[in-house]
Amino acid sequence: MSVPAELRYTEEHEWVAIDGDSASVGITDYAAQSLGDVVYVSLPAVGSTVTAGEPCGEVESTKSVSDLYSPVDGEVTEVNEELDDDPGLVNAEPYGAGWMFRVRVAVGTDGEAALPPGLLTAVEYDELTKSAG
Amino acid sequence: MTSQPRDTPLRAVHERLGATMTEFAGWLMPLRYSSETAEHNAVRSGAGLFDLSHMGEIAVTGPGAGAALDYAVVGWPSALAPGRARYTMLCAPDGGVLDDLVIYRQGSDPERFLVVANAANTAVVLGELQRRCSRTPGAQVHDETAATGLIAIQGPNAARILSAVTDLELGAMRYYAGSYGSVADRPAWVARTGYTGEDGFEVFCAAGDCERVWTALTEAGPAGLVPAGLAARDTLRLEAGMPLYGNELGPDVTPYEAGLGRVVRLDKPADFVGRQALAARAAEGPRQVLTGLVARSRRVPRHGYAVLSEAGGRVGVVTSGAPSPTLGAPIAMAYVETGATGPFGIDIRGKTEPADVTELPFYDRSKQR
Repeated sequence: MSVPAELRYTEEHEWVAIDGDSASVGITDYAAQSLGDVVYVSLPAVGSTVTAGEPCGEVESTKSVSDLYSPVDGEVTEVNEELDDDPGLVNAEPYGAGWMFRVRVAVGTDGEAALPPGLLTAVEYDELTKSAG
Repeated sequence: MTSQPRDTPLRAVHERLGATMTEFAGWLMPLRYSSETAEHNAVRSGAGLFDLSHMGEIAVTGPGAGAALDYAVVGWPSALAPGRARYTMLCAPDGGVLDDLVIYRQGSDPERFLVVANAANTAVVLGELQRRCSRTPGAQVHDETAATGLIAIQGPNAARILSAVTDLELGAMRYYAGSYGSVADRPAWVARTGYTGEDGFEVFCAAGDCERVWTALTEAGPAGLVPAGLAARDTLRLEAGMPLYGNELGPDVTPYEAGLGRVVRLDKPADFVGRQALAARAAEGPRQVLTGLVARSRRVPRHGYAVLSEAGGRVGVVTSGAPSPTLGAPIAMAYVETGATGPFGIDIRGKTEPADVTELPFYDRSKQR
């Protein structure tokens, strides 16, 4: 199960990549494998505001549907429209072409993105999935 | 369930194949090997291989076995010719369904029937058969589940692949027929039955021969024979409009609600458990109708979601729903009140999504080719 070291994670199995004031979000390899084949992803609208820890979309797979939670606060600047035609990208490349949406996040006086507390490091997330069996 | 799940004889094979395993009806079963959609499509276009060793196999044997089963189930097993099979049900005295079954008449002299039950219901079916058959002298009921492995090969290429490793003349075997023969040089009962809507076979063999049979079929198959798990099995049966116990069938419905009143043989001379209640239900007509729905949105109706009338009132409930790989849209079976007419909506987590009524099954192979 792939858990890239440079990303941060939520307990609900989203990943977030920070680049300046832009946060890219997707679901983890663990989540994608647990769900099975993803058939439809409902994403927040561009321009809408998302709140860390709140549901902002849905991921439908063959066997189940899961809420998609935003890991960060901010305004949605872009969504991955490729997923509309090919939701299987979430299974094939969960950290790459299967990304879901981007959010503009607040930046602190130190120039670093202000992230909500509680995001997990790769090591912490790896432990979480292993203890879940 | 807190007890340890049971392993099928093919546990090691599934692990070698990297299957995602899941607990199902007290058994550890392969859910999928890679992509359940690819497995589904392989069964529709080529062939798929399933481990169904969790299913219950109960033998009813001895003089009077046919008469005993005629009393125990709603069908007419004693009228089956040797080598034929029938889909039937075990009902409670009030007509509620305790399980749906396939009964194979494996021999007439001596009499032998094989009753195949759902894994979750095997204990109930065994108990009911033992009790109901005890009134017929000579009939004996044995649980053969642990000693029996069941491997299904399903899909348009199934006959060709299985032919390479069996001495049976499969071309002569009719749908819902079966025969003793050998598969991979091991004794087996081979039947042209399945739960996918495709042509295919089910191979019952000794538990200890399962791995050999599985491997031989894998090696006989060209690319296109893929192992398939429970996830694909569920979408295949749903497209084929086949009921699943616990979803479409249960103690609170009779066969008539499920559109399967034809399995109740009120014309058989013998009395049987549930006859009175079922005869009354047959006369008054069903209170709800099993209905096929195709969603217009991409959100998927799931088990338990409400079916709504145009005015927004609740007129039914989804029993099974899934994205259909063959149709490319979400499909569902639902119980809808008799007389309710569409257009229908489905309450998908608080938002009503439109759905069109369609005739069941969603997929009929005879209309495809």
